[in-house]
Amino acid sequence: MATAAVQAPPLREYPVIPILARDAMAGSRPYPASEKMNEALGFPGKLVDGWREKAVLKIGELVAKNRGLRVFLDACVHCGACTDKCHYFLGTGDPKNMPVARQDLFRKVYRRYFTLGGKLFPKLVGAEDLTESVLEDWYRYFNQCSECRRCSVYCPYGIDTAEITMAAKEVMDSIGVGQKYTNEIIGKVHKIGNNLGLPGPALKNTLETLEEEVKEETGQDVRFPLDEKGAEVLVVTPSADFFAEPHVYSLVGYAKVFHAAGIRWTLSSHASEAANFGVFIGSQAQMKAIAGRVREAALELGVRRLVVGECGHAWRVAYSFWNTLIGPFDFLDSRYPVPQHICELTYDLIERGAITFDREKNDAHVVTFHDSCNVARASGMGGLPRGQFIIPRAVIRAAANHFHDMAPETIHEHTFCCGGGGGLLTDELLELRVKGALPRMEALQKVVDEHGVNFMATICAICKAQFAKVLPYYKFDMGMIGGVHQLVSNAIRLGRND
Amino acid sequence: MAINVAGKSIETDEEGYLTNLGDWSEEVANEIAKAENVDMSQNHWEVVNFLREYYNEYQIAPAVRVLTKAIGKKLGPDKGNSKYLYELFPYGPAKQACKIAGLPKPTGCV
Repeated sequence: MATAAVQAPPLREYPVIPILARDAMAGSRPYPASEKMNEALGFPGKLVDGWREKAVLKIGELVAKNRGLRVFLDACVHCGACTDKCHYFLGTGDPKNMPVARQDLFRKVYRRYFTLGGKLFPKLVGAEDLTESVLEDWYRYFNQCSECRRCSVYCPYGIDTAEITMAAKEVMDSIGVGQKYTNEIIGKVHKIGNNLGLPGPALKNTLETLEEEVKEETGQDVRFPLDEKGAEVLVVTPSADFFAEPHVYSLVGYAKVFHAAGIRWTLSSHASEAANFGVFIGSQAQMKAIAGRVREAALELGVRRLVVGECGHAWRVAYSFWNTLIGPFDFLDSRYPVPQHICELTYDLIERGAITFDREKNDAHVVTFHDSCNVARASGMGGLPRGQFIIPRAVIRAAANHFHDMAPETIHEHTFCCGGGGGLLTDELLELRVKGALPRMEALQKVVDEHGVNFMATICAICKAQFAKVLPYYKFDMGMIGGVHQLVSNAIRLGRND
Repeated sequence: MAINVAGKSIETDEEGYLTNLGDWSEEVANEIAKAENVDMSQNHWEVVNFLREYYNEYQIAPAVRVLTKAIGKKLGPDKGNSKYLYELFPYGPAKQACKIAGLPKPTGCV
């Protein structure tokens, strides 16, 4: 809200492990979903009678079905390697935001009901009953994990902590304890087709406005086609790309790439969303229903290729899960990656000389790249090892002269979450978001000081919205954040394909 | 939650967005603006009125480029940009102006 007085922690020259601040974030609590929002997803509207027994049954169901989850719950030896790897812990100092401690909120309940030691001697093995106060801790602290999986990179057992957060959210949804931001949005996708609730006619109007604007700026008829049957490529992108700044500048970039390369493409009003918040709440059923729209649109429009725009977790879902959720894709052109990331597509065109740039048009920008967690730690690109790190940077370097990476321990698979991922990009969690951005802001400050960096490019709609909001808290200009295809848009030569 | 306007209680959600869009009136807008520390000038009203017109036609707030273009036409090209909109609505034109205009909050990665 307008008067929210959130203070950013001071940037430190040498980041060190913070002094513990017990319960510092105990007051951080997202708004609960309304009954209507929960019921629209098939969840109980509010906390059900007999919730404890039902929650325990649900945990049993999850660990029986998901062997990975069971291993992650059993294997932790509390070595502590993860403790100082979480941006929320580093930014808040709340010990329950140490990944091991946060996951133990779930693990101790699992132990109580599903392990012999926990059943017989709960106190000896750190097992605990699922009480109201434990459930309250779950709601508060599992909504302080952005499922970024940085801690997992450092875990000697390879425990995927995000899986535990997702399981906790799945259990909570199953007993009527849903979170408003994610559940309201998923409902909108089912009903209208995108996170914003942007209906077809509004989308059409928005795209027409963009066509007019780009025509005024460039003199070229760069098109933003919607629902065009027979197009070669269907682009599925976050609806924020239609709606918000800086996101929209990347959408303009995609359109210019297709224009310059002479590829017929289209957007879809049925699948007008790449984001898939089903993954954030750990729900396979929601993920499948959301992704299903993409398959339906691709078949209906008769496209031969599927391309995903700049959205971090959407690329994880597309790259890692689409095949099982909505495959097989035997109707698509197998000469191209299925699905393909917009950066892969642009990179391929650059490599083949099909698009070229006037790099000096980006000379006002000294650029760095923020690796988005889901792209960095849960996907690949271009079929080459570490392609998800190499390709976006190669696209930036093709479009801009000045590029500097941030410190190695803060990029690639070590990247820090922007602080707003995993379904936490909501105003009532602003304090958490500002504090969680601390490690990234410290790394950014270094390249600002050393190289005069003034633009941080990224390929995720959440990162863009989160940084646009929190950068000013750290005395940076909100215009410093933008998309990789925003840089492409600035510098691409449009040629004579109009 | 609720706000009081001329002795009448008007229901809002947790964040102060109107629950029933039909409850909106200029007095209600002024009351919400006051709570947001926004001093409503004629230019603020131009934005709010455009949001309401657009919402009536499309059931959604306009995208930022649509809004800046329309405001540029109405108030002059030097005001047709989001920097100017942020001057009017410091918490962000999309969310704060929508709240004052009585529209639902834009959701998603915005």
